Amino acid sequence: MNFSVTPLVASALAAAIPLVIAALGELVTERSGVLNLGLEGLMLMGALASFVAVAHGGGLAVSLLCGVLAGVAGALVFAVIAITLQGNQVATGLSLTILGTGVSAFAGRQYVGFRAPTAFSDWPIPVLGKLPIVGPFFSMNALGYFAVVALFLISAFLYRTRSGLELRSVGESPSVARSLGLHVTRTRYLATLFGGGMAGLAGCYYAVAQFKMWQDGLTSGNGWIALALVVFASWRPPRVALGALLFGGVSALGLWLQTVGIPVSTFALASLPYLATVVVLVTISADQQALRRYAPASLGKPFFDGD
Amino acid sequence: MMGFELKRRAAPSRLMKVLCPVQAIALTILIGLGIFAALGQDPLRAFYHFFIAPVSTANGVSELLLKASPLCLIGLGLAISYRANVWNIGAEGQMYLGGIFATGIAIHFQQSWGAATLPAMVIAGAVGGMLWASLTAVCRAQLHANEILVSLMLTYVANLLIKYLVFGPWQDPNANNFPLTVNFDDNALFPLLASFGWDWLEGTRLNVSIFITLVAIPLAWFFAERTFPGFQLMVGGLAPAAARYAGYSDKRAVWIAMLIGGAAAGLAGVSEVAGPIGQLNDRWAPQYGFTAIIVATLARLHPLGVPLAALLMALLYLGGETVQIELQLPQAISFVFQGLLLMFLLGSEVLVHYRIRRTRTAARASVPAAV
Repeated sequence: MNFSVTPLVASALAAAIPLVIAALGELVTERSGVLNLGLEGLMLMGALASFVAVAHGGGLAVSLLCGVLAGVAGALVFAVIAITLQGNQVATGLSLTILGTGVSAFAGRQYVGFRAPTAFSDWPIPVLGKLPIVGPFFSMNALGYFAVVALFLISAFLYRTRSGLELRSVGESPSVARSLGLHVTRTRYLATLFGGGMAGLAGCYYAVAQFKMWQDGLTSGNGWIALALVVFASWRPPRVALGALLFGGVSALGLWLQTVGIPVSTFALASLPYLATVVVLVTISADQQALRRYAPASLGKPFFDGD
Repeated sequence: MMGFELKRRAAPSRLMKVLCPVQAIALTILIGLGIFAALGQDPLRAFYHFFIAPVSTANGVSELLLKASPLCLIGLGLAISYRANVWNIGAEGQMYLGGIFATGIAIHFQQSWGAATLPAMVIAGAVGGMLWASLTAVCRAQLHANEILVSLMLTYVANLLIKYLVFGPWQDPNANNFPLTVNFDDNALFPLLASFGWDWLEGTRLNVSIFITLVAIPLAWFFAERTFPGFQLMVGGLAPAAARYAGYSDKRAVWIAMLIGGAAAGLAGVSEVAGPIGQLNDRWAPQYGFTAIIVATLARLHPLGVPLAALLMALLYLGGETVQIELQLPQAISFVFQGLLLMFLLGSEVLVHYRIRRTRTAARASVPAAV
């Protein structure tokens, strides 16, 4: 078959990068015992903030900063309610998604259809970027390279540093962690804000690197897919990357079917990532014991730091 | 140094259970006034257009009820579901399937089934919602997958299914390629209440489907508060270990919760396509399934609180439409208010279980630890 695989890899990678960034952030949050279901809302807020920044002439650096800050701000609201005020984490996360969707639709109304005047471009590494099949990995934009670096840094942080160990123990057993003198609330706040910043960054990717224009709800459920990825990865960073590439591959599959001329409804193709998420969740959930072994033991449970 | 500290209450405060929603609503309105002011609007004028003007006419009230009815219906189902700690957040998708099933009956049989068309659509819609919900139920109960993510993913799929149908096999051949089905005949539409000769309803879109909701309210209350399965669901939600010890099947609880939620959402879907919409089209995505999550929470998962919460959320929808027309503000402000309301609600919840006390760190030891 005279069909080039390289564009397929490129499109899979493009879909995978924001998922990796958002899911890595959420992974850190969840490792501290906090389940933030507001990822989709945070991504939308980050996307809007970074789009508004470039639309008004801010450079890409300003855009990145705005995206991250929007994500952190949203995560702060979540943290105050879910950590300090002991709110139900599931419901608080949902409300964050509703709020983020609403805010981005409301404030983004005047930008619908606008094109971004500047956008992230690819930085191909000489020679390597031209290789067949693996070339796209060496021809990513800044956020793509950032995702790779973040993957290694976060793995190293969680498993090779004292702070990482502390974060994981807060997520396993906050009461034991506290009796050891660790700051449970502070750790959870920081982990949640970090997750928010990463989600904002992922939003920035959609607005200023992928679509390069504003449209309502442009993250189209990818925040939820990133949440599923964390479960799929059983809370281990390298598997997040693997899972994200898998999802990217599923999206790219549609493209491939169209290029080779197999008639498939575009709507069926568009539903593939969502269906794949369900299949993946079911598959990974088949082994409940393994999932329980890897899941942070206090995930989703509020911890009262008083009395 | 002055600070604040939380003290656990010996028992949840009943007063606060009532005051919390009131406080959350007040805070939302306050922030709302601030948002209006920040947008350069006169806050009081905006407040009037958002909260008062929409319901100052008989037609406005009927539009309020028209939106509150599906919200209430879905909210009842979700309240029962959330009591069991089954987080069905895909009611929007289950509503779509209700609409799809009802539309299937309407466009294929409305000319041959006569007066039986509408009842068949109602049944089909409920079945459609239940079938879609049962996909999530299988994944959660039999395959242990997280129902939040599964039900939400299926909502995106359901939305694409509508698009596939109205762009493809169900498209009205005379619609110039617009993505919509044929208009339903009278056989396939809920009769307007105005057609029964009530003068004040003349010209309103309120229809018979509101009676489905009116019947569902006491039914949901009776099921949740007065039947054994309803009790089992609640125990399973509040104390899973106790429920297991008592031998209540958690699989069964998931199935009951999902099917009730799906049926309610499916019926809401029928009331939309066979009501104000009168067809299926690709733009039908009212978000009632998501708003109903707030309805159920605002009602503190109590079936009798759900209608009140649904009326309030319907007012937020209408208010958004009114300020769009009157003040040229994006309608999405409704969803900002909805999100804020739910946030404040969850934040206020702390007062039910904790007291907030002022502390002075230096004098901390001298304060007796009153509980």
